[in-house]
Amino acid sequence: MKICPVNENSVIIYFAGTHNAKPTPEIADEIARSLSIIQQEMSACIIDVVPSYTSVFISFDLMTIGHQSFVQRLQYVLDHCRSRQAEEAELPLIELPVYYGPEVALDAKVITDHTGLSFEEVINIHASTLYRVYAIGFAPGFAYLGNTDQRIAVPRKKTPRLRVPTCSVALAERQTAIYPRESPGGWQIIGRSPVSPIDYQRKNLSLFEVGAKVKFTPVSKAAFLDMGGAIFPEGRFPEGRSPEKQRFQEGL
Amino acid sequence: MTLRIIEPGPLSLIQDLGRFGYQNIGVSPGGPMDEHAFSWANRLLDNPLNDPQIEINLGLFHCEFQLPTTIAITGASMSAELNGVAIQPWQSYLIHTGDQLSFKGARSGVRAYLAVRGGLDIPEILGSCATVVRDQLGGLHRDGKKLLAGDCLQYPATKPMITKQVPDEFIPEYCQDITLEVIPGYQYEWFDTQERQRFFNSVYCVTPQTDRMGYRLSGEAIYCQRQNLVSEGIAPGAIQIPADGQPVILMRDRQTMGGYPKMGCVTAGSLNRLAQCQPGGTIRFVKKDLYEAEAGYRVEKQFFCDMNR
Repeated sequence: MKICPVNENSVIIYFAGTHNAKPTPEIADEIARSLSIIQQEMSACIIDVVPSYTSVFISFDLMTIGHQSFVQRLQYVLDHCRSRQAEEAELPLIELPVYYGPEVALDAKVITDHTGLSFEEVINIHASTLYRVYAIGFAPGFAYLGNTDQRIAVPRKKTPRLRVPTCSVALAERQTAIYPRESPGGWQIIGRSPVSPIDYQRKNLSLFEVGAKVKFTPVSKAAFLDMGGAIFPEGRFPEGRSPEKQRFQEGL
Repeated sequence: MTLRIIEPGPLSLIQDLGRFGYQNIGVSPGGPMDEHAFSWANRLLDNPLNDPQIEINLGLFHCEFQLPTTIAITGASMSAELNGVAIQPWQSYLIHTGDQLSFKGARSGVRAYLAVRGGLDIPEILGSCATVVRDQLGGLHRDGKKLLAGDCLQYPATKPMITKQVPDEFIPEYCQDITLEVIPGYQYEWFDTQERQRFFNSVYCVTPQTDRMGYRLSGEAIYCQRQNLVSEGIAPGAIQIPADGQPVILMRDRQTMGGYPKMGCVTAGSLNRLAQCQPGGTIRFVKKDLYEAEAGYRVEKQFFCDMNR
């Protein structure tokens, strides 16, 4: 573990031995554990944290603590917490319904062609793995879940879709994710969930937190619709202009 | 008390200092592109530092005040006029019922700030009213929309106050040729000596592909030996070097995570100056010691915070 300065009021902690280690469930555990202790001990001077695969970025309030003191205190807290293993916060298991039907599995053919498996086999593999939330980013509530079974690893699209429908469940390499809202995206779409990963009106804004465990459960079309899921033909979405296009139009 | 937008211009946004505490779930902080100008506008009115203002990007803004107040304008110079009479930025002005304020296009700088005594009354979402269009958060209706013609913003009734000016030494010149201070960090060690020298000895140009999320530069390509970086948290001012070697500097509406190698970060002060640089402007980089940069930033923060005690 190494604490490195980033700018006037932020640092990044690299976990795992090397600068660019591969993410593992053990590192995810260590990050989740460290985060909880950092938040307990230092929340008074912390502005934001961004946990990711092998690192945690932290920005702090310069009016409360200086850079050097912050790093010293952080080092102390982390050393201290390592020897205190007893009170491990158990992160929840999130079970997420997914409809894998042909109307919503927009890239079923790409996936079966690439893997050489039948789509049923792909579904079985996708839904029988227990995933970890390694990071949340790209868009609010977009959680990177891993690792998927090697047998269903597919590359990203060469040209990203301009509009991925809200709540699409997708694959890329050894990762899977749900698109929190309609956006451009290059992952291969395998199904759709009736549950939104983010809701600003909900108390737990994001369904996921880094370190949590996730499992997908296949549901029928009727159950999907019953739970509030929506089916609309590709290219015809109810939400109007895509955010990306809107951004370009606004120029700045 | 109502401020009515007659012409919003290409991009006028409600901003406060930003939305903090939600980057762990991927929410961009947003906030004023030029925090120095923003902070001065509130200070001129004795407003709390975080009071919502309008950030006018590129100009062509026109509004009407329907009841008396005091306003301050700071930042880019956009040939502002009050009831058709030219007025200067970096000052506060008394406003009477029916007064009209207009801005033409930006002459120097990119973004102007308009603050109203007592702060605009804007609902918050996730603890802030900062507008982040991409995240569909903040602004007048909390949904990330920019200001539109006909929008009415409320402000509190206040007693007339003495108008004030910013002392000359705090008014920056918004040049098109700027030098940015860089705190080396992140993957700095991944770039070999030759690449670092190239980075610090070259002149870069601000491209038109530049927005509140990031400033894209063009110039001498910088190569990083390694590209296999796992995504990590991004600070304001982080200098990403993607595979094409052209630097991208991340601004207020940046995404929270990214996977490109980074040289380090430009200082908070430099970031404000960059935010006022138009496409076509030229950029040089110079190294800055972390603790010197910290001291400078702390002095500025302290200066604006003291007023709020």
